[in-house]
Order: sequence, then structure tokens, then C-alpha cells
Amino acid sequence: QQVSVEVLDHLEHLALVDFRDSEGVERLQKAIQFADQLQEVNTDGVEPMDSVLEDRCLYLREDDVTEGNCTKELLENAREKVEEYFVAPPGNIPLPKLEERETFLQGS
Amino acid sequence: LAPWIPVVGLEIHAQISSNSKLFSGSQVQFAAPPNSLVSFFDASLPGTLPVLNRRCVEAAVMTGLALNCSINKKSLFDRKHYFYADLPAGYQITQQRVPIAVNGSLSYSLCIDNKMSQMVTKTVRIKQIQLEQDSGKSLHDDTRSQTLVDLNRAGVGLMEVVMEPDMCCGEEAAAAVRELQLILQTLGSSQAVMAEGQLRVDANVSVHHPGEPYGVRTEVKNINSIRFLAKAVDYEIQRQIEELENGGTILNETRAFDSKLGCTVPMRDKEGKQDYRFMPEPNLPPLILYDAKSLPANMNHQQVINIDWIHERLPDLPSVKREKLVEQYGILPEHSFTLLNEDGLAEFFESVVNQTQMKPKKVIGWILNDLLSYLKQHSLTVKESPVSSFLLADLLNLLEKKEISSTAAKRVLAELWKGEGKTPLEIVKEQKLELLQDQKELEQICQAVIDGQENEVIMMVPR
Repeated sequence: QQVSVEVLDHLEHLALVDFRDSEGVERLQKAIQFADQLQEVNTDGVEPMDSVLEDRCLYLREDDVTEGNCTKELLENAREKVEEYFVAPPGNIPLPKLEERETFLQGS
Repeated sequence: LAPWIPVVGLEIHAQISSNSKLFSGSQVQFAAPPNSLVSFFDASLPGTLPVLNRRCVEAAVMTGLALNCSINKKSLFDRKHYFYADLPAGYQITQQRVPIAVNGSLSYSLCIDNKMSQMVTKTVRIKQIQLEQDSGKSLHDDTRSQTLVDLNRAGVGLMEVVMEPDMCCGEEAAAAVRELQLILQTLGSSQAVMAEGQLRVDANVSVHHPGEPYGVRTEVKNINSIRFLAKAVDYEIQRQIEELENGGTILNETRAFDSKLGCTVPMRDKEGKQDYRFMPEPNLPPLILYDAKSLPANMNHQQVINIDWIHERLPDLPSVKREKLVEQYGILPEHSFTLLNEDGLAEFFESVVNQTQMKPKKVIGWILNDLLSYLKQHSLTVKESPVSSFLLADLLNLLEKKEISSTAAKRVLAELWKGEGKTPLEIVKEQKLELLQDQKELEQICQAVIDGQENEVIMMVPR
């Protein structure tokens, strides 16, 4: 089963990944096939497990202020800052549409 | 033209009143220097992990119980993914699959036809309450084409309260939110001040003809006060009706309320329909809550949240407080609503009642008609009142003992309002407002009036 171009394009938009070339897409398809093996197990009536930690106790922290006040450190990594604010573009810069992108998916 | 049925549902985000954030130990505070209340986890630096704040869980349980919800003894955390500059991790930790509380209800009251005397009680179903993180704040600088990001709010705990579409107009939505606000403030789980962003409301609005399926709904955001909520909802209902009656269609879109123009406008198209790619939060095991029956024997009690223990300690909710006021003081239900609607007014009323012999049924008139209208005229809160409960009680005692008339009492109140520190008695003496009690003196005055107006008196005497 092939993954459609629409799905690949959708994934590139959502996760900002770049499948780059046919090898990248192959790798994705192999990963899906590998995961699909899970479907062979009959799980009727079994509660799904989403973490091996599910039986662990979720630790509850007391409501005390123990962190913060490290503005300088946090801003050290910022490429641009304005008076202790992080600077970002005016809005999300969406990935251009498939037709306008330089992606190998275009040729598919 | 066939009638339209408007349908209104609400998604309300209430900021949890806590010292520190939902998953980190940085402080929760409204105005602070940018990025000063931010931990490494809040900034999503690699290697950091979420640690759940006990107080936030208790706040959600209290709120769930107050809204008659079933508390899920096992609830789960999930990641909701989307990109935005004020969401550093690229996802929000929320409870999409199994939230902490479900299937509750909220009762609220409305005046029919704007008459305070006729109140009707309505109920809205609460679909669920979930715990989730707040995002940071974006300040848009259009002149320099950039956005400034402050992460102080990122990670603050929120309770999202989802109300089913059981409401039909702006007034109902506003009344429901007002009642929720009072409940949250009574519980202390949120201070719910809309102006400070502690209570944010999004409205889902659609219209349809009776007997037909629900229409396409729009989501209305950017509503900053309860008044604007009513306006926004009513505007959107009208807009949809007009659009449909003109043969148009309603788009399933998000619209923003423009308070200056009093209308809703489409929000910038957010790159089409969002796919949030929900997944379980791998760093947090399920949240387990206990009750008296399931309490584990050997656990550290700091790690245990007992729903029954919390239930036993819930304070009187607004509806109960109102009933008690009506029962204890013989005032009308609509009076109890007004008393609870103004912060501190109920306490002020009770304080006056305790300091005067005047019956509560009479005192209430002075509180609601005189004191409250003064406060409103001067935009003051009860706390800021220049007339204390002591002074008002003092004045009402003079009236009760018939030392002054009620007209005189109103004049004294006007004088007291100036806040010059005079007592009611001093003002009465200054302005010579004492009632004459002496029978003889009164007769003399009456006789003098009659003598001076002989003709009129002869005409007026009935047979």
C-alpha cells in the first residue's frame, strides 16, 4: 500500500518534515508496514495501553514557587529579542502549497 | 417566514488560582516583567519534564463537584499539536480522551422581560471539565511586522469547562457564565476575572428551523466581558439568520467579536482545518483519584487526593447562599440575586441587619435602592463605599425610632455619602431634620396652616 501524495503533503504541512526524496518516503512506508503488524493481534475487549508507565504513580507536586526568574538565561538562546521579549514573525509562515514548493513530491 | 431556533454552546477557560503552574514550579502572577515567571520546562528546553501540581487537581475536582459532575477516578493527559510562537513545545498538554470530570449541570436564573420580579431558572448541561496548559502571550507589533512573545502565562493551569448547546440567546449565555463565575469565586478554584484573562469564553452559535437538523456552527472568540458575550452571541445569531434568509450559507469558521463595531468578523484563515494529531502524553501516567472507599492504606497522604474529603469541605454555593438569605431574612429571591451579584453586598447587608432593629425586609430596600444606586452612579465597589454598614445602621435606627422621617433619612444619606466623617445624628441636628414628637406643638402648626388658608379648607372638607 502506497502513501498518497495528498497524505505526504498533509504531513509535510503538519509536522514541517521534509521527505526530501523517494528514499524518505520509502522509509515512511516501511515504518507504517512495520507498525501495521500490530493489527494482526486480536485485541477485542482489551483496554489499550498507551504507556509502560501506566501502573506507575503520577507524582503530585506541592503548590510552591520553586522556579523562574531566569530571564537572562532564557533569552541567551534567542536570535532576536526586544526588551526581554522573544521575537517571532508576525504570524505562522505556512508551508507554501505543493505547486509552489520545491519538493520532490511535485513530480509524483 | 419559518421561525428560527438559535443554538448556543460555550467553551470556557478558567485560569486556576494557584501559586505555581500546572506542570512546573514557576509563579502564577498577572503583571510581571516579561519572561520572568518562566522555568526551563515552560520554555520547552530539552530535557525537561512535566510534574503535576496537586493544587490544580484539587481545584478541578472542587469545580467538578460543584457542577454536579461525575469525577473520573482515572483520567489521562494528551498532547494537542499545533504551531504558534507562544506555544514553545509545539503542543499543549490537555485531557482529550478522558478528562477529570464529565456530565454535570449548572442552574442559572434569568429575569423575564427585564422585570426583576419574574425570575425563571434554567439549566445547562456540562459536558466535561479538563485540565490543560495555558499558552504564552503574543503581542503583535504590526509596524515592525513582528510578534513579541512573553511566556509568563505559558503553562499556567486552566480548567476548560464545556457547556452543551442548551442555550438559545446572549442573555442565557451571559447568565450561565455569570453564575459559573460566582461559583468559581466562591470555591476559590479560580478568581475568574474576565478583564485579567482569568476567564475566557468562546461561543459556538448556529441556527435552524424547528424539526430540522442543527445548522452549521461558527465559533466566536475574543469576547472580553459578560456584556460583550451577550452582544456577540445575539449579533452572530442575527447575522446567521439574515445570511440564510438571503439565500446564503454559513461557513464553519472562527470569528472574532469586534467590541467597537459590535459585530463578529472572520478571523484570519488559520491554514485550513487543523489536525491536532492528538497522542497520549508519554511523560505522565494516568491521574488516579480516590474516595473514602478506595483510599489506599499505605500511601503517603500527600500523594493522595480524596474526592469525598474535598466534597465534605465545599463551601456553600451561590444558590445555597441565596436560599439561606431568603429563608433567614424574609427577602425576595430576586433580592438575594442582587445581593450576591455585587461583591461584598451580601456581607454589608447582613452587617447592617445585625446592627439595627429595623426589619431585614425594610433594610433590603435601603441597600438595593439607595446604597446600591449611589455605588453604581459613582462606579464604586461595596468595599469603596464612603458609607459604612455601621453608619447606615445608625441612620436606619433613627428612622426606626421615628426620630426622623424617611424623606429626612434620604437627605441624611445624601450628606453621609460625601464622606465628611459626620454621624447621622450630627447631620440631623445640623439640618434640623428631627421629627416633631410633641402633640401640642404639632396641633399648633396644623391650626396655623388651616387658619392661613380658610377658603381652601372650607372647599376641601368632605361631607
